Amino acid sequence: MTEFQENSKVIDCRSLTRDVYILTLSSPQIAQTALPGQFVMIRVSDMDDPLLRRPFSIYDVSTSGEILILFKIVGRGTRLLSTLDPGDSVNVIGPLGNGYTLHPSGNACLVGGGMGIAPIYFLAKKMNMAKREKSNFHVILGARSGDELVPLLDAFNKFDMQIDCATDDGSFGHHGFVTQLLDPVLPNVSQVYVCGPTAMMQIVAEKCLEQNVCCETSLETHMACGLGACLGCTVSGADGQYVHVCKHGPVFKADEIKWEK
Amino acid sequence: MIVKDLDLNVKIGSLLLKNPVMTASGTFGYGEEFENLIDLNRIGAIIVKGISYEPRPGNPPPRVVETSSGMLNAIGLENVGVERFISEKLPYFDHVDSRLIVNILGDSRVDGIEVNISCPNVKKGGVAFGTIPAMAAAVTRAVKAETDQPVIVKLSPNVTDITEIACAVEDGGADSVSLINTLIGMAIDIKSKQPKLANIIGGLSGPAIKPVALRMVHQVSQRVKIPVIGIGGIATYEDAVEFLLAGASAIQVGTANFYQPKAVEYIIDGISRYLQEEKVQAVNDIIGKVQINR
Repeated sequence: MTEFQENSKVIDCRSLTRDVYILTLSSPQIAQTALPGQFVMIRVSDMDDPLLRRPFSIYDVSTSGEILILFKIVGRGTRLLSTLDPGDSVNVIGPLGNGYTLHPSGNACLVGGGMGIAPIYFLAKKMNMAKREKSNFHVILGARSGDELVPLLDAFNKFDMQIDCATDDGSFGHHGFVTQLLDPVLPNVSQVYVCGPTAMMQIVAEKCLEQNVCCETSLETHMACGLGACLGCTVSGADGQYVHVCKHGPVFKADEIKWEK
Repeated sequence: MIVKDLDLNVKIGSLLLKNPVMTASGTFGYGEEFENLIDLNRIGAIIVKGISYEPRPGNPPPRVVETSSGMLNAIGLENVGVERFISEKLPYFDHVDSRLIVNILGDSRVDGIEVNISCPNVKKGGVAFGTIPAMAAAVTRAVKAETDQPVIVKLSPNVTDITEIACAVEDGGADSVSLINTLIGMAIDIKSKQPKLANIIGGLSGPAIKPVALRMVHQVSQRVKIPVIGIGGIATYEDAVEFLLAGASAIQVGTANFYQPKAVEYIIDGISRYLQEEKVQAVNDIIGKVQINR
């Protein structure tokens, strides 16, 4: 695997909601090689504070050499990122990590929650292109409210996939959790892909493990480098040994991880 | 006028480096992690992640947290152990034209040893060895007795008087001292009211600690005759030159590798430009040349 370091020009930075943005960067080398589930490390400013790069899943890539990042303002780093204007540039390292395993045949379910929808969109796009006629792909998306979910839906509607939605406040789709929408789907699929809050991924992972369905989860942790050098992004593997999210992941099979009890 | 044949060579004991810029242990993995992002052959010396006799799993997460112009870590010396290091990691360096310095073991391809007596994140060993002068000297003597390689002893700043430890280590036969390791720090999440690190405390690194490191390097270089290697928040060539002027014969880049993998290259190029601007031919001619008029 080869990662690149690019000084990427900002093509666009637009808000979808009050605190959710899509950042479009010109990163030809990363765009050409990125796989769904991989991530980039972005230096949000040239200053010493904030110091470290921030990891972001890749939301989409264009054939013209752009990468798209979906992010929510959660702290100083993402706030700075949201103030970028076209023509500014940021330093980006990627693509990093392993990415999801694509199984074009068989039935699959893709589950995305909150900003975890980002890699799920990139994966859905690739799977839609590789889709075999007999395969059925199902997408389940969840967010806190409809405001956050609806602006992301259009992009998914282009795909030949059934889409179900859930919101915490019931303002759009099912009033409740994505995990409830998964139950009726699970008997009909051989593969589940999930990204979202850890608690949500854990429930999805456990349901899949119970029913013997392959499940790939994409984990999120704090990390300093993204390159396997700082050893900061540790989680416990199923065998009790530590694994590093940046190098061994961020995508793990559900049974590779020791989920908290 | 252009200064011809700039000389960036420095010597650490018997070890000749092609330039004074090294990577600090624990911030550069086993070297190979950076091969796509920087030309490893340009680096003065690569110091790999600390190697212990047995593999170590390290501390539970969370292990890193960002702080103002710095970061806290409590990795706990996670490493593959000496056997896997020799079989899996060491062969990679056959094709890297840089000095390789490791912690605590000798081998044909290894050019030097840095002894870590200053890790704040492990319960046994590190801290006691690094804070009691007699123990620091004893560890140095023990390592020197086992190897012909140059021995660098890495010092902790978490002591009352770092010059005392440096002198003890020099007396123990060290070829060089490197300083500083991280400053012990802490961060608390005010919502959960819990420490941000599972280990509660961790080592502070990054630009935030540079002035402390620079002061200690200056003090130690006044007291010992062996070469001093400066470490602590070095991210730019200006930082590196400050340490050289303060008395460091070489410097290590640490945390900066995490957010700017090309930092070492930029620093080497920047030192060359500085020497040109100052019309100085050899980097050795600026070491310790801070001018203090009083």
